[in-house]
Amino acid sequence: MDAQTKAPLIEMKDISIAFGGVKAVDRASVNLFPGEVVGLLGHNGAGKSCLIKILSGAYKRDSGQIFVNGEEAQIANPRDAKRYGIETIYQTLALADNVDAASNLYLGRELMTPWGTLDDSAMEHEARRVMGRLNPNFRRFKVPVISLSGGQRQSVAIARAIHFNARILIMDEPTAALGPAETAQVGELVKQLKADGIGIFLISHDIHDVFDLADRIAVMKNGQVVGIGPVSAMTKDEVLGMIILGKCPPGATPGPGAVTSN
Amino acid sequence: MTSTAPVASGAAPEEPLLRRLMRATEVDTRMIGMVAAITLIWVGFHVYTYLQSGEGLFLTPRNLWNLTVQTSSVAVMATGMVLVIVMRHIDLSVGAIIALVSTIVGVAQVDFLPTYLGLDNPATWIISIALALAVGCTVGALQGALVAYVGIPAFIVTLGGQLFWRGAAWWVTTGATIAPLDSRFARMGGGPPSGSIGEWGSWALALFICAGIVASLYFGRRRRARYNFPLRPMWAEITVAVIGCFVTLGATAIVNAYPLPERVAERYAEAHNIPVPPGGLDIPTGYAIPVLIALAAGLVITFVARRTRFGRYVYAIGGNPEAALLAGINVRRITVMVFALMGTLAGISACIDSARLDSATNALGTLDELYVIAAAVIGGTSLSGGVGTIYGALIGALVIQSLQSGMVLLGFDSAFQQMVVGLVLVAAVGIDTSYRRGTAKG
Ligand SMILES: Nc1ncnc2c1ncn2[C@@H]1O[C@H](COP(=O)(O)OP(=O)(O)OP(=O)(O)O)[C@@H](O)[C@H]1O
Ligand SMILES: [Mg+2]
Repeated sequence: MDAQTKAPLIEMKDISIAFGGVKAVDRASVNLFPGEVVGLLGHNGAGKSCLIKILSGAYKRDSGQIFVNGEEAQIANPRDAKRYGIETIYQTLALADNVDAASNLYLGRELMTPWGTLDDSAMEHEARRVMGRLNPNFRRFKVPVISLSGGQRQSVAIARAIHFNARILIMDEPTAALGPAETAQVGELVKQLKADGIGIFLISHDIHDVFDLADRIAVMKNGQVVGIGPVSAMTKDEVLGMIILGKCPPGATPGPGAVTSN
Repeated sequence: MTSTAPVASGAAPEEPLLRRLMRATEVDTRMIGMVAAITLIWVGFHVYTYLQSGEGLFLTPRNLWNLTVQTSSVAVMATGMVLVIVMRHIDLSVGAIIALVSTIVGVAQVDFLPTYLGLDNPATWIISIALALAVGCTVGALQGALVAYVGIPAFIVTLGGQLFWRGAAWWVTTGATIAPLDSRFARMGGGPPSGSIGEWGSWALALFICAGIVASLYFGRRRRARYNFPLRPMWAEITVAVIGCFVTLGATAIVNAYPLPERVAERYAEAHNIPVPPGGLDIPTGYAIPVLIALAAGLVITFVARRTRFGRYVYAIGGNPEAALLAGINVRRITVMVFALMGTLAGISACIDSARLDSATNALGTLDELYVIAAAVIGGTSLSGGVGTIYGALIGALVIQSLQSGMVLLGFDSAFQQMVVGLVLVAAVGIDTSYRRGTAKG
């Protein structure tokens, strides 16, 4: 694959984080190339969200390094990550429930008038444009997002991640609350962003979706990477074997979590 | 509100008029409820006093003027308390900050400044107010820093603060009452005649406010039109403007219908070479300065809450602290700023309170924190965070003071007053909670 010849956009090396005694992520190494989609799979509690939260600056890692475009990156908080062009759609969506869609879209990066006040009209205008592309039926711009449906809230979270020219996009279960039409739309969006050269981490429990969209798949188990390999070199059954048994198939590169014997 | 009104509202004809009016003017039901509650309280007391004494005592210019002056100190603080509670914190120390600030300012005015500036220096009041703001802001910021950076719950920090600052206030004065204060400073208390802006000042201000209402509606509409957003129907805009101007002019007529007390008026006439007519003097009092301070605080804090980044972050943090953090908001800094703002407002209230009494003691502001919190909560601020309006808190403060003033007129003792205010607080939150559940919003 020609993506492999370029320099990696993101390189995570031996990342670990523990909460109390629980090793949520244990010496995980994953990289991501421009225009590539890497699917992250694993059972509940495998450490997927923790790993990407370290990349997005939400958690501080205990050890390990992160490189962006080959240079070591200092990511200590979400603002740092955004400065590197890393945008995240969190599994929990991370919306301020009591304010409206436009305010959420621009939270932390508000548009201002020349007088230094919030330019709510401009923000609402932009929000209508962006949301119109993502979810054309969306009309409820004036209500707090808590009164939106799960899918509508997810659209707001997606809009926020793609609106600021991300170079690296992290999607933690972006379609969990979406209907079939909207899920297809997110699929299209992923392909379009990929074509623009954006690198995407896609976390999903839907193995079919991941096979459709991802170039490579990484599987985690108990905080460790079982294996990483191109989609073309693996079958769905082999991937299920990685998730459930931790068995790395021949098409993938084994990680610390791969069971060796048996 | 579930949807924005379309242009040229083609609302279904069977929709009740009131509902349509409210939807088109985008007035929320809570506001209607609070205005209704206040009307009920006012008319109720008026009728009651009429039945009791043959003379309605509540809805008189004199009582309403006094009512607003008595409300102003708590109202000023309630605007800040809304932001504190919206961020899921609480500030139990504001009453004690009043004691601390007023004693420090009192000592400065009585003991220090005269030594350097001489008595009655025009700079005294300016230095006093600057000192009050600085002390309030510092105390608030200090408490905010303990909450934000050390992670001690605000309840504990400000509970400790309540004891600490009131104790410190005693230390400043060693228990003595400090009086009298600077004459210009005392104007902040609203005592006639110098504590209010007089007849023509009041009318000029009223016209200015009316112009402001019309201008803000006009520019708001123009901005929405420029972006092709849905507009309120024209008749709704006009209704809002007319009601706003009517309330403004009506309030002005009332404060101008309250004449200066006879003795004050005589002294005023003497000082201004006005001949005293045979029927006695009738010099209108006009808006009291503390009331104007409270209104200004309401306006400024509303602006801060709605139109600035800081305000947006306060609400976002209250709605979902984790989301705010993930959005890159510096939650700790905002926390310190909110408490500093609260302390500053308490400093302003300290000036109003001590100026009104023309003295400062370490007992000033006792129990004020509870009235301030009650005002915010009665005004619709949710203790679970994220929700609350400034105008609601102002009305909440007015509700509490109305109840107290009314009961004083009826001759109820203060123990009974406390019981009623307590009941109303619990009932208001009870009604509010069931209403929110009814509309299925958080
Ligand atoms: N803030 C936290 N504090 C303590 N433990 C945590 C925290 N976040 C995650 N964990 C633990 O770390 C482990 C990995 O969690 P993580 O959320 O990364 O799983 P996941 O792979 O995203 O699972 P899911 O598919 O359910 O989203 C779990 O055992 C979890 O209990
Ligand atoms: Mg997860």
